[in-house]
Amino acid sequence: MARIEAEVGKPQGGFMKWIDDRFPFTETMKYHVTEYYASKNFNWWYIFGVLAMVVLVIQLVTGVFLTMNYKPAAVEAFASVEYIMRDVEWGWLIRYMHSTGASFFFIVVYLHMFRAMLYGSYKKPRELIWIIGMLIFLVLMAEGFAGYLLPWGQMSYWGAQVIISLFGAIPGIGEGLVEIIRGDYSISDITLNRFFALHVIVLPLSLIGLIFVHIVALHQVGSLNPDGIEIKKNKGPDGVPLDGIAFHPYHTSKDLVGIIVFLMLFSAVVFFAPDMGGYFLEHANFEPANLTATPEHIAPVWYFTPFYAILRAVPDKLWGFILFGTAVLLPMFLPWLYRARVKSIRYRGWIYKSALTIFVVTFFSLGWLGTQPASEIYVLAARIFSVLYFAFFLLMPYYTTIDKTKPVPDRVVYHG
Amino acid sequence: MDKLKALARLVVVAAIFAAAQSQASTGAKLEKAHIDPGNISSLQRGAANFMNYCSGCHSAQYVRFNTIGKYLGLSEEDLVDNLMFNAEKTFETIQASMPAKDAERWYGTAPPDMSLMARAKGADYIYNFLKGFYLDPDSPTGVDNTILEGTSMPHVLWELQGYQKALYSEHVETHADGSTTTAHEFEKFELVTTGTLDIEEYGDFVRDTVNFLAYIAEPVRAERRKLGTWVLIYLFFCLIIARMLKKQIWKDVK
Repeated sequence: MARIEAEVGKPQGGFMKWIDDRFPFTETMKYHVTEYYASKNFNWWYIFGVLAMVVLVIQLVTGVFLTMNYKPAAVEAFASVEYIMRDVEWGWLIRYMHSTGASFFFIVVYLHMFRAMLYGSYKKPRELIWIIGMLIFLVLMAEGFAGYLLPWGQMSYWGAQVIISLFGAIPGIGEGLVEIIRGDYSISDITLNRFFALHVIVLPLSLIGLIFVHIVALHQVGSLNPDGIEIKKNKGPDGVPLDGIAFHPYHTSKDLVGIIVFLMLFSAVVFFAPDMGGYFLEHANFEPANLTATPEHIAPVWYFTPFYAILRAVPDKLWGFILFGTAVLLPMFLPWLYRARVKSIRYRGWIYKSALTIFVVTFFSLGWLGTQPASEIYVLAARIFSVLYFAFFLLMPYYTTIDKTKPVPDRVVYHG
Repeated sequence: MDKLKALARLVVVAAIFAAAQSQASTGAKLEKAHIDPGNISSLQRGAANFMNYCSGCHSAQYVRFNTIGKYLGLSEEDLVDNLMFNAEKTFETIQASMPAKDAERWYGTAPPDMSLMARAKGADYIYNFLKGFYLDPDSPTGVDNTILEGTSMPHVLWELQGYQKALYSEHVETHADGSTTTAHEFEKFELVTTGTLDIEEYGDFVRDTVNFLAYIAEPVRAERRKLGTWVLIYLFFCLIIARMLKKQIWKDVK
């Protein structure tokens, strides 16, 4: 019967078949969405991946509208931002969403990374997801840094001056490298132009590419869960993991709740505290870049300050730079630094729990110290916390081995 | 329960940081300006003060007259007659009458643009600055300022405030090696000559002016807060619906 129809040229299976013969649409949707099974016992720590995607979209969309009115030139940049804030219809909203989005991107990504540290999401077979994620984090830092120069305020200028000059500490190639980054002998119009190019083309494209690969790698092995158990080990007769539920509609409907809560927090900042007391928009950045007047106190934006505090804690410029770089890259090795078989913190002993708690306190303390002037006592504190930061990673192979663990259940814990 | 505990821990950590933060920021002792951004008549007086006393030297180059007029409830006639001394059209921005080049030659530095000063320095800073001029015979302008030592700005508002001198308290500090030095710490001002306004009236005058500066630093402030309330209410209803949807879909998950 079908054969006869085919012979007379009637379409079979309708429009979707026509598409599917040419592009694996239904197959892809099934693989990544409707038949992608993730554990039913996800807690709210598992919301931050999807929230990062939401922020990415906010940044891309608002970014496009900003570029329509922003002028990447030293003499015009600051004024064009004020033009957006005052004269462009809804420009203030677009700009505040973008500036708030930058900070929220880091909040969300830091929490996303912390989730992985809580439940051992980076352990075998998810090492590659973690490494790609770390690359995303590096690109995000570059993106944030390049973007921060664009308003051409005092802190844009002097913050970039301080950070770029760090590369000068590299022996031999340092000076040349700094010149290549700046495109000039000091930060100038040329630097602003190339940072704009990086911020709106190179880095966002890299970000999107890496996020795509991150998700493909995740769907290859499947998501872990708060119990740190592989749900694929317990499959039903239909081949579906017994503890897994489809991404859509189950996780999507749950994520929607999380996304709306997130949007409420995001809106609260955008509409009621867009400067966040000088943390999201630094006060000094409301003054245009002045090449002849250094601000009293140069502090990078909050999301760089934990690493900046480590940098400042070292008296030597080169070693400061090395430790700064190491501090950023060290988490990449977590899959191999962490030696315990038990992944989730739920079944770990007191040693790892304490270590992780100290690490959180350390990270917050470094972040706060990085915003403060480098007085004697603060530098001392920064040194102590820097040691703790590195100790957390470097001693991990030892303390994760000796730590007593609790028995891990066969199936995930779910209370309905 | 675990979630609650984790949350409690977070709150404790946040509280410690907040405490440390407030400890650290007690260094600068600025008197609060107590501005009221919703007080339209204060803003109107501030606008008049700014245009009459400040705009000769200070521009507010991102601020348009018609923007101010709309928010302060001023007609085009009001603007032209009372505020626009060197501008023709209401869409123009506030430009200083004094050329910046000359200003730089005369004062050593051009008077800064005022569009964003309240966001860069804070309203309290400007409030204290405008009340902080004191007689200093060594200064080329005859005055110095407790908030910004060595400022090149003369005491423009002297007719209103009068001149004051700064009184310092002395206290002797003994060092580790036994030597002593006398430290001077600013204590208070004392009026030397009176102006046309008394101390309280001058305070109000400065407050209105600072209120206006805070307004022009972010003219959209009131609008964003108003809109924000509606956005949050809207999202709250979305949340209720999303929550119901989730419950419905998850009914069969056991």
